[in-house]
Amino acid sequence: MSFATQLMDTALIIAFVVAVLAQIMSMIRLVLGPSTGDRILALDTMVVNAIGLIVLLGIAQGVRIYFEVSLIIAMLGFVSTVAYARFVLRGDIIE
Amino acid sequence: MTGEIILTYAIAISLLVGSIFALVGAIGLLKFNDSMTRLHAPTKVGTVGIGAFLLASMLYSFTYGEGSMHELLIMAFLFVTAPISANFMAKVNIHRRACDTPPEPPRDDTWSTLNVPEEDKHMEGDSAKPSSTAG
Repeated sequence: MSFATQLMDTALIIAFVVAVLAQIMSMIRLVLGPSTGDRILALDTMVVNAIGLIVLLGIAQGVRIYFEVSLIIAMLGFVSTVAYARFVLRGDIIE
Repeated sequence: MTGEIILTYAIAISLLVGSIFALVGAIGLLKFNDSMTRLHAPTKVGTVGIGAFLLASMLYSFTYGEGSMHELLIMAFLFVTAPISANFMAKVNIHRRACDTPPEPPRDDTWSTLNVPEEDKHMEGDSAKPSSTAG
């Protein structure tokens, strides 16, 4: 095992730890969040961090199929954020 | 072989850069003290961090597999939709009065269109229906 591979494995572990930490921090903000906007923002951040975690899992296992999972989660996360914001703004999602 | 080593270094660097950006975004989300300020950290910085992770995944597939650009699709989608959802969340903040709203502009006559001379006062009503008098 060369130094480059070792460095990549270490960086992968660091990235996993950081993504999990970011997920926990947004969860704390989701619980604390004084206003509705903060809760929506925390949920959106959690979706984005979940995409990052799935991508990292794909790198760690060397599996290509996780790409489709993260693409679907990205689309679903955007639609759900917009739906939640519209519900707060207009009192209805589809008018 | 040399190219593979260089690409492995590139994967490690983009993973480290992505983790720094993602961590800064999450800390900003947790530590800032205003709703509108909090909006900035994860929607810009966090998105760049995840973009770096996706770049690392792309480089990995080029190094150890046949290579694919599929992650570019997620990256483009994420970078396009992050400002839109941030805009919606800012609208929610304004709607719920969670942020300081700017003060009302003072009603003065420094605008030249509002500063009408006394002898032209009778023409002010005509500006609402200009076509009827012009024809």
